[in-house]
Amino acid sequence: MIPKRATPSAARPGPAILRRLAAAARWLASPLLPEDYLGLINPLWTAGDLCGRVEEVIPETADAATLVIRPGRGWVVHRPGQWVPIGVDIRGRRHWRTFSLSSAPGRPDGRVTITVKAMREGLVSNHLVRRTEPGTVIRLGRPEGAFVLPESPPPRLLFVTAGSGVTPVMAMLDGMLGGAPAVEGPDVVLVHSAPTPDEVIFGRRLRSLAARCPRLRLYERHTRAEGRLRPADLARLCPDWTARAVWACGPPAMLDEIAAHWTGPTDRLRVERFRLVPTVVGSGGRVCFTRSGREADADGGTSLLAVGEGAGVLMPSGCRMGICYSCVARLRSGRVRDMRTGQVHGEAGDMIQTCVSAAAGPIEIEL
Amino acid sequence: MPATLTSVDAEGFGRELDRIRDEVIESLGERDARYIRGLIAIQRKLELGGRALLIASWFPPAWITGTAALATAKILENMEIGHNVLHGQWDWMRDPKIHSTTWEWDTASPADQWKHSHNFVHHTWTNVLGKDRDVGYSVLRISPEQRWHPIYLAQPFYNALLALFFEYGIAIYDLELERIPSGRKDPKEALAQLRAVATKIRRQVVKDYVAFPLLAGPAFLPVLLGNLTANLARNVWAHTIIFCGHLPEGAEVFTEDRLEGETRGEWYVRQLLGSCNIDGGGLFHIMSGNLSHQIEHHLFPDLPSNRYAEIAPRIRALCERFGLPYTSGSLARQAASVWKRVLRMALPGPRQRPPATAPPVKTLGAVA
Ligand SMILES: Cc1cc2nc3c(=O)[nH]c(=O)nc-3n(C[C@H](O)[C@H](O)[C@H](O)COP(=O)(O)OP(=O)(O)OC[C@H]3O[C@@H](n4cnc5c(N)ncnc54)[C@H](O)[C@@H]3O)c2cc1C
Ligand code: FES
Repeated sequence: MIPKRATPSAARPGPAILRRLAAAARWLASPLLPEDYLGLINPLWTAGDLCGRVEEVIPETADAATLVIRPGRGWVVHRPGQWVPIGVDIRGRRHWRTFSLSSAPGRPDGRVTITVKAMREGLVSNHLVRRTEPGTVIRLGRPEGAFVLPESPPPRLLFVTAGSGVTPVMAMLDGMLGGAPAVEGPDVVLVHSAPTPDEVIFGRRLRSLAARCPRLRLYERHTRAEGRLRPADLARLCPDWTARAVWACGPPAMLDEIAAHWTGPTDRLRVERFRLVPTVVGSGGRVCFTRSGREADADGGTSLLAVGEGAGVLMPSGCRMGICYSCVARLRSGRVRDMRTGQVHGEAGDMIQTCVSAAAGPIEIEL
Repeated sequence: MPATLTSVDAEGFGRELDRIRDEVIESLGERDARYIRGLIAIQRKLELGGRALLIASWFPPAWITGTAALATAKILENMEIGHNVLHGQWDWMRDPKIHSTTWEWDTASPADQWKHSHNFVHHTWTNVLGKDRDVGYSVLRISPEQRWHPIYLAQPFYNALLALFFEYGIAIYDLELERIPSGRKDPKEALAQLRAVATKIRRQVVKDYVAFPLLAGPAFLPVLLGNLTANLARNVWAHTIIFCGHLPEGAEVFTEDRLEGETRGEWYVRQLLGSCNIDGGGLFHIMSGNLSHQIEHHLFPDLPSNRYAEIAPRIRALCERFGLPYTSGSLARQAASVWKRVLRMALPGPRQRPPATAPPVKTLGAVA
């Protein structure tokens, strides 16, 4: 079962008197909302602009940290394996990135965690790992994603992860094995790659979980000494790997190789990519955002989402890599290039995903 | 003196201004974000505090402080916050709660209607007769080029009335009703806009004149009067500041031929010549929504207002270097100058405006 916690109180059907009071409060706050005033006392009370407070920052490795977040009013409980858009203000500007939730849902303290690895030159990841103090308020989106466990897990599972790709899997393992290690239950194999033992995110937690729980077998691959994990290694470590239900999350090359060697049913291999690797770059064009009246020059290698954000347009977004459709907007004129395939498409009125589309010539978009 | 200003100079002036603009944009950051968020928090607390005090307004000092706090909050909300947010000055933060496309404010004009008439029409065609509808707000005669009509004899009176009910004046003005007879405005569109205005006014009236007074129970009447006073004070203040922006002695009015082939540099020069600053201290600038830096605001309408005071000395020095006038004066002087003009233009004439401090500039098309 997926634990369900409080739904947003705005949507909760309350007694008629409460609803009337809420309506009256809206008249009193007009043209603002009551929550704009409530937010003065505690920003977590504004459901319309869902916030979370970072309460702890726990170092995991030299360049990764877990942020313990208390989500505000309106938070929807996630399923283990899902990701959430996180909005952070850096130098006064809001930046959105997605992070997998690394905690199992329904913790007794009501908090959730994300675990971030600081990328070289990464703007948001470095800010979160190195420059975020407890008490910082961040924005949250809705948890999303299909990289999740089914409600009743299959009897044999394999997780293949590398680097920060272990984060969604940590949430799943926590949910499945976190309690008292029952002898009964699914048989789990985790093959995790990291450069060195010290750089294994959740290293100690995973090792002690594996020591405690006979149903979990953990294989660590230390790539600096042993080289990159290949599908052949996988077959050696876990001979029945294609007969298992597999969740894989890591660098694009690893995921592509696993997919290429997969012989089991396609719906039993699930992969999560942390990164959109644009394959095709073409010439760009001038982009006109009709609703906000802004214009910007876009090159063919920058997504319309990034172009709009750079121009100060309020761009809706979620995963930022073409899977969630949070970013769709109506094209008014011109054509766009799908950065994943290179296909040039679009007619006036089409809804396009701004995060994976680049301008192919001048375009107008209703944002 | 502007007489020697060739269009090459205008381009040089424009390039310097573009440099200042780029510098400011480059340096926007944490400090600015903290300024606007802090100000919004102060404004909201001031409003809550004012309304709370008014509930106890059977006690006269509570009425006075409550009304003053509420009036201050309403002024901040309209001027330094609303006006500037709607200009897109804070869009760079990408905060949907402080963004020109989502903001709504405590005035009768719905934000989107006001953005069209103000940001686009007024800021593009600043002080061009027949183009900038803000020149006299289509009811006042403020320049000898406007043909006199006996109705203008009453303009000192209805300007005072306009001051008291400024927000409603602006809302009606934004409907562009005078363009309907000539077919330049679709009456259906005007009707739809009118409905939006009516909806807003209804919410405001219910809030200030029904809901909060009712909440105060026995203090119904003092609360209603306090709210009314705060609204009137806000209207008169906004009217005064805004009229001091383009109407005092020294602000030039232009004819339409000025627009032909206007370059970016010349656009900057027109914005400069059509605007006047008001001198004052930090608090005054904030209360005026930094429209006291009308010149800086018209040169850079979308730069955050907290930066205007910082760049003002550089703009002034630049004007000096290029021999351009930079008009500035105390509030009392500028307001008196506005009223002098309103009174003078109520009467027919004059054929020629009395010689301005700056001689007429043919190349700029200024009707000095
Ligand atoms: C569904 C999903 C879940 C994710 N979960 C996590 C998570 O749990 N923990 C975590 O640390 N990150 C996660 N990410 C990645 C995260 O969203 C950011 O992309 C990452 O933190 C880099 O952001 P940045 O602002 O630091 O880098 P930027 O400043 O945007 O980029 C800096 C440089 O890093 C490169 N880069 C950007 N993203 C990646 C990436 N993912 N991998 C390698 N190079 C990259 C860029 O090309 C650029 O050269 C997830 C991404 C997705 C799509
Ligand atoms: S942001 Fe998820 S599809 Fe574009």
